[in-house]
Amino acid sequence: MLTRVRRWGPGLLLISPSLLLLGVFVYGLIGWTIKVSMSDRHTAAESDGFVGLSNYVDLFANDINGRFLHSLRNLLIFTVVFLLGTMLLGLLWAFLLERGVRAEGLFRTVYLFPMAVSFVASGVVWRWLMNSGQGDDAGGLNAVFGQLHLDFLQNPWWTDPEWGMVAMAVPAIWQLSGYVMALFLAGFRGIPAELREAAAVDGASTFQLYRRVLFPQLTPVALSALIIVGHMSMKMFDLIMSVSGAQWLTEVPAVYVWQTLLTSDYAKASAISVILLLLVALVIVPYLVQTMRTERRS
Amino acid sequence: MTTTTTQRTSPPAVTAPPPPRRRPAAGVIGRTLRYGLLLLFLLIVLMPAYVLVVTSFKSGSDIGVNGQWNLPEQWSTESWAKAWAALGPSFVRTFQLAIPVAVISSLLGAANGFVLSRWRFPGADIVFTLILFGMFIPYQAVMIPLRDVVSTLGIAPGIPTLIFVHCVYGIPICTLIFRNYYATTVPVEMVEAAWVDGAGLIRTFRSIILPVSIPGFVVAVIWQFTSAWNDYLFAIFLSNTRNGPITIALNALAGAQSPDYAASMAGALITSLPTLVVYVLLGRWFIGGLMAGSVKS
Repeated sequence: MLTRVRRWGPGLLLISPSLLLLGVFVYGLIGWTIKVSMSDRHTAAESDGFVGLSNYVDLFANDINGRFLHSLRNLLIFTVVFLLGTMLLGLLWAFLLERGVRAEGLFRTVYLFPMAVSFVASGVVWRWLMNSGQGDDAGGLNAVFGQLHLDFLQNPWWTDPEWGMVAMAVPAIWQLSGYVMALFLAGFRGIPAELREAAAVDGASTFQLYRRVLFPQLTPVALSALIIVGHMSMKMFDLIMSVSGAQWLTEVPAVYVWQTLLTSDYAKASAISVILLLLVALVIVPYLVQTMRTERRS
Repeated sequence: MTTTTTQRTSPPAVTAPPPPRRRPAAGVIGRTLRYGLLLLFLLIVLMPAYVLVVTSFKSGSDIGVNGQWNLPEQWSTESWAKAWAALGPSFVRTFQLAIPVAVISSLLGAANGFVLSRWRFPGADIVFTLILFGMFIPYQAVMIPLRDVVSTLGIAPGIPTLIFVHCVYGIPICTLIFRNYYATTVPVEMVEAAWVDGAGLIRTFRSIILPVSIPGFVVAVIWQFTSAWNDYLFAIFLSNTRNGPITIALNALAGAQSPDYAASMAGALITSLPTLVVYVLLGRWFIGGLMAGSVKS
């Protein structure tokens, strides 16, 4: 017992500050936010009236113009397009690179470089590129479409009231496809060479090789990529603030929290935050548990 | 699997076609297609960078709807000067933010990662999972009380507050980076030998582990530097244009109703330069952090 304390006591000492900080600043503050979300603190003044889940009910049932549901719809459209775009482009790029091409390093470096840039900085240029002017007023990408006589491609981008969020996902796809590519590329390279050789000996065509042997091996990587990109999508804030600013057309829950705080409605802002947390936890917690389980088995 | 076995047991296929002759031609077409696509995507990915650079060197009068994709008629640094005037002070402040964050977070991460990679106490997996969850949460879920807590703790607003929160919320990813690093690259025997020699945990860490931790540190430092530099969410909640980092200043410069695009784009380039330099010089290590972010060791 004493040797165990001697051996591991210092270890506990070493990690206890971090555990304490995370305990307070992650779990403690989440608890606090949940408490505020169940209070009637709708103004800057303190108030501790407990109102149960009524702030949550209000968001779904009584929000003006269905604002919260609108923000969820925007988030859903954004997430679907963002996930499809990054997964397809990431897989395609990894597929094009995986057997080794000349100047592979150059392609990888360029494809991945947007990851090093902040959404705030890239938002500046995407705001310009996605200029909503058309015809003679066309700017940015619409101007290019006009020059190429592809006028039918001109569109109002994120200012479209129905499908604007599809356009909002374009810069996000630009920014994160390289990351998904890097994940898939690592996945391809991790497949034992014997598998390919065996397939070749068996006379598998290239198509069969990918369809039957290689792609199935990539399923775990694809799942990781989906979850990482998916949870980033739910938290999307910087990009939208930078491209369109906070406004009704492109509002998602993360932006709605910010807008609500500006009016000092702490209870409502907390309730939106907690829902956002639940959405993220729904995909992240099973993923973490699963990862830990596989790790313990190996 | 069953199909492959039957093929193998059939007699040697004398009549089986030799590798088809159209292979070379298909190979050429395939290769051309492959490089063509790679180049096309290269240009698409670089397109926004081209726009940023070209526009930033135009003077105010040079920007119109006509020819906005063209090179500047006259290369001018006017917009760069304007952007620097708006961003300069926050540029310096962001270094004062990102460097301490990178150093402190990595040290914390190294200590935690070492202990958690070697210490299989009961419930270690649960503790580690709880730590990791902290890096995925939407920070809005802690932001509202966080503002009150940091001011109650007496931490000065602006950069000191941001250093503190980035260090705290950087603990999970840094712990993960180092735990994976120690679990996969530092041999158990090294640690065991030190213990046999009677060295305690802290001494083992200091004299055996730290010296071989450089690669882990490079990854963690780059990761934390980049996240602190590029952060906008904490910055907007906990600072303002007078005491905050460069993303806040850039957003103020570029977010106006009718923004000066040339100055905004010069500003976006100034904002991106430090992280891009890190990425170009140390790309391999940058990717190391990205990979750690997907949890797999």
